[in-house]
Amino acid sequence: MKDALIALIAAVDILAASAPAIAHHGAATFDTGKELVMEGVVTEWVWSNPHCFLKFEVKEKDGAVRAWTVETSNPPDMVNRGWTRRSFKAGDRVTATVEPVKSGNPVGRLLQVKFADGRILSTRGPVTQGGSEPAPQ
Amino acid sequence: MSHRLSLTGLTAAAIVFFSVIALAQAVRVPGAQYDSDFPNEKPGPAPRRDLTGIWEPARGPGDAIQATGAKQYPDTGRPEHALPFTPEGLKANLANKPAWGPRMVPSALSNDPQPTCEPQGWPRIILHNYRTVQILQTPKQVLILYQFNRKWRNIWADGRANPKVDDVLEPRFWGYSTGRWMDDYTFVAESVGMDERTWLDNVGRPHSWEARVEERYFRRDDRHIDVTITINDPTYYSKPWVALDRLPLRLQQDSFDIREMECSPSEFARYTKEFAEPAAGVEK
Repeated sequence: MKDALIALIAAVDILAASAPAIAHHGAATFDTGKELVMEGVVTEWVWSNPHCFLKFEVKEKDGAVRAWTVETSNPPDMVNRGWTRRSFKAGDRVTATVEPVKSGNPVGRLLQVKFADGRILSTRGPVTQGGSEPAPQ
Repeated sequence: MSHRLSLTGLTAAAIVFFSVIALAQAVRVPGAQYDSDFPNEKPGPAPRRDLTGIWEPARGPGDAIQATGAKQYPDTGRPEHALPFTPEGLKANLANKPAWGPRMVPSALSNDPQPTCEPQGWPRIILHNYRTVQILQTPKQVLILYQFNRKWRNIWADGRANPKVDDVLEPRFWGYSTGRWMDDYTFVAESVGMDERTWLDNVGRPHSWEARVEERYFRRDDRHIDVTITINDPTYYSKPWVALDRLPLRLQQDSFDIREMECSPSEFARYTKEFAEPAAGVEK
């Protein structure tokens, strides 16, 4: 068990070390480990430094519409993961997996996006080239 | 029982090992070549006194992106990563409020001098974000072009003496650098005069006006350079410390296109307004 624990700690360290490539402008604001999965409609995909960010609207249970802004990494790092400045267009229906911030504001770190046709773009794990291939079911 | 424990440990270790392999293989710069692409490679001999070319971290693009501090001394709070601060150095370190590491604050509340497109300076550019570089040599200089924020440095290699700190008339974000070939395969440069506003790395390690930074390039073979960075700052650190230890860079094809990575003040202002400030709960 002790060996397994040591290995687990090492794994956490490795994952922590890989995190900086995702967001180098700080991790203090995020509610680390928490994930929200939301269906929404894209309003804008901002391809910019130091981080690209996706804006989308989510219709909540009471009918209110909440506008979210979620960041990714910088353009070169996103290209490395198969994203481009044309990855989204306004009106795209997406299911976004987001690590929210502690402040409660509708902002967070984008972890994954699934499109209506099943394509997936991820900011973690293996590259999904261009998001052009349907995700394995 | 002990066998079962060992098996558990081995299984967990295997998971970690293959996770590392998967992570290492997961992300790459399109068109770049890494050592993992050539498992049976037998590199040729190193050319004499030659650092020219386009170079990429040999183990993958994330090998030298160090948000949590210098690669050899990440800010983990562990004893093995404790830097030999002098009392003055420790005071300067605590005055810096980084957005990463154990002392991190929300980026909107950090006093990091860099994220608002201010120059990172030397050596932070590579202790934080060592990405693709292109190295050029002239008869009198070694020039290094950095992908990160599209910066460049020149190292005088015309035989002039390494400058004393007090010889430098004005602080420079990128310091004043001189270098020489120690033998046919080892080029060593020293830099002084770095502006004290700059940080050494991404977690706010400070440097004083007395700092000297040694960068050592070892041309190991025809495919690789190993880069070592040593910080010597007796005002803030009681002894020199190696911030980067033989980081391998791999020579890329001369047709390899270095993708633009620029810090745009207007783009940064929008990022701050629409993301960083709401993330930190800053009301304006």
